[in-house]
Amino acid sequence: MLSKDLLGISLLEKEDIIEILKLAKAMKKDVVAKKVDDSILKNRILATLFYENSTRTRVSFELAGQHLGAKTVTIVAATSSIQKGESLLDNGYTLDALGADFIVLRHSIAGASHILARATQASVINGGDGANEHPTQALLDALTMQEYFNTFQDLKVTIMGDIKHSRVAKSNIYLLNKMGAKVTIFAPNTLLPRGIEALGVKVAKTKEEALQGANVVMGLRIQLERMEAGLYPSFSEYNKYFGVCVDDLKFADTKAIVLHPGPVNRNVELTSNVIDGEQSQIYNQVTSGIAVRMAVLKLLKAGKN
Amino acid sequence: MQKILIQNGSIVFEDSIQKADLLLENGKIMQIDSKIIAKNADVIDATNKFIFPAFIDIHTHLREPGYTRKEDIASGSLAAVKGGFSQVCCMPNTSPVCDNPTIVYYIKNRAKEVNLCKVHPIGAVTSSLNGQKLTEVGKMKELGVVAISDDGRPVENAAMMANAMQYAANFGLKVLSHCEDSSLAKGGSVNEGTNATKIGVKGIPKVAEEIMIARDILLAEYYNLPIHICHVSTKTGVQLIREAKLRGVQVTCESCPHYFILTDDCILSLNANAKVNPPIREEEDRIAIINGIIDGTIDCIVTDHAPHHEEEKNCAFDLAAFGISGLETSFALSYTHLVKTNKISLSKLGSLMSTTPAKILNLEGGNLGVGAVADITIVDLNKKFVIDSQKFLSKGKNTPFNGMEVYGVVAYTIVNGEVKYKGE
Repeated sequence: MLSKDLLGISLLEKEDIIEILKLAKAMKKDVVAKKVDDSILKNRILATLFYENSTRTRVSFELAGQHLGAKTVTIVAATSSIQKGESLLDNGYTLDALGADFIVLRHSIAGASHILARATQASVINGGDGANEHPTQALLDALTMQEYFNTFQDLKVTIMGDIKHSRVAKSNIYLLNKMGAKVTIFAPNTLLPRGIEALGVKVAKTKEEALQGANVVMGLRIQLERMEAGLYPSFSEYNKYFGVCVDDLKFADTKAIVLHPGPVNRNVELTSNVIDGEQSQIYNQVTSGIAVRMAVLKLLKAGKN
Repeated sequence: MQKILIQNGSIVFEDSIQKADLLLENGKIMQIDSKIIAKNADVIDATNKFIFPAFIDIHTHLREPGYTRKEDIASGSLAAVKGGFSQVCCMPNTSPVCDNPTIVYYIKNRAKEVNLCKVHPIGAVTSSLNGQKLTEVGKMKELGVVAISDDGRPVENAAMMANAMQYAANFGLKVLSHCEDSSLAKGGSVNEGTNATKIGVKGIPKVAEEIMIARDILLAEYYNLPIHICHVSTKTGVQLIREAKLRGVQVTCESCPHYFILTDDCILSLNANAKVNPPIREEEDRIAIINGIIDGTIDCIVTDHAPHHEEEKNCAFDLAAFGISGLETSFALSYTHLVKTNKISLSKLGSLMSTTPAKILNLEGGNLGVGAVADITIVDLNKKFVIDSQKFLSKGKNTPFNGMEVYGVVAYTIVNGEVKYKGE
């Protein structure tokens, strides 16, 4: 049972994940059929507080709230008092006073959502904090996988890309391990965080080894600034040795699906014909995202009552 | 392809020396036996001569593209085979720098046209050797680089060095590290010490080298990755590596004849042919290098062949270029000063100049077994000569060893079963 906040997958029990996914599956049907019950969050207020750029996640949360009947407000760094130096906690107290029931926080610093959650009455949902966690991303990835494979038991999930700086990779690893899947990661050594093996993943030495028999191939975004820091030399070399092209997919299971949290660098992590190919579920992930966030909002509301 | 029968020579194996014949065919060693009879074979009489796995230099500057007045791939290859080398690994500090697949491709193809020794390019760690941006190591490896190095300059930034070691490991390559702390070494030309003070030339302190050796050892240890330390020249440097090896760090290293034969007394004549980086050190360092070779701390001997045009050397120390032309003297100097003085065995010298360098960079060659590639050097150890740089085939005549009497003349250098050099 979810309590006040959703801060990370590492804090959830397997049963919580199953419950969220079960509800999200139903919600997704309602969203697609445009038959959502908009009384669930009637008179509730959802605030999105974003200290980092994001369109997809913010819009997804706002739509999720609106579908369920909540009022939504948006606070982004560029237009708010954040630029005047107002602290994270000040913002939290203010949002509480404004009557917010939910605050979705995106912040570049790991642990920011924990600090906010301890200070506010509102439920805090971690929308991504530094290289720590991005729980709703892992949940929407899981919902998408579940549609194809029903079970996570022994599902082989290969995550490729900048693991070192990725909260998405971390949340996915926590979730998939709890659910019984087998996670393999692959990246240049420079983009692997130290000690990652102990989180219960297999670190592949080659791209072929990474993709061999994979049911799910997940690409992660490579930031330009990592190239500038000397962690990899060029987009084209990255794509050649660490990215996924159609030929590489032949190593994976024939029914494998391809995921990416977006936004994708076309022809870097994944080639265009992979992104737009039949195995790609990248846009389905976006739809799953709304459903998962609706489910989380509904369960958090119930948890507080 | 020609068949070659080498008769009556003494074969220098890793663990013994045996008199036997060798038959080479199709680029491989086909047979080794006490007496071989072969029809239609060219016969090389190796009576009173010694047969080594051909020498491998993993630290050479061939200067092409760009600095062809100092050396080019053709002249450098000629010097290499004259020195008994079947393979050389050339450093990337050319112009343009060998920091991209196109230059790697050029060097490999130019070497094929020259068709003397095998040339393995070493790719740069950072673009333009400026320490800022990692090179396309994967693409360069596909075209033939055998390692990466910014040799001539250190990778000053520790994070960049760590990235390079880790990224190179994705492609099974090592970083060859030129260890020098620029903030300490800047502006120096010779070893910092009494002799530098006597002649008034700014010195390069030993600690400038040692501090970087220590850093790179610690990086290799932390990341559990290999590192190869270039041209070790100091006593403390040797000791740091010795201790690291005892701890199990994956560190290998090299030194050069000038560091175990000369001391910085050679700068007192103010002849800039003795200017080299790292600089020639002091007697205690020279002894320590020899002891490091004897106990295996130093894995291999390289030339650090650094040819320059006469005008770049015939000037004051401060203005002269760093480097020594070494391909044509390395074996004789090493033999004369290590084996003839009973410091190491002939087999050990074969390991230092061929077997171990091959292992360090995972190159074919470096052994004389049946089925091995027919890269062979035949040497007359009794023949002595006086080093005369004007007779060098290298364009670089810059050596502090001019006029020195040494033993060991290369009679034949055979590459892939073909004679590429035959001495007088």
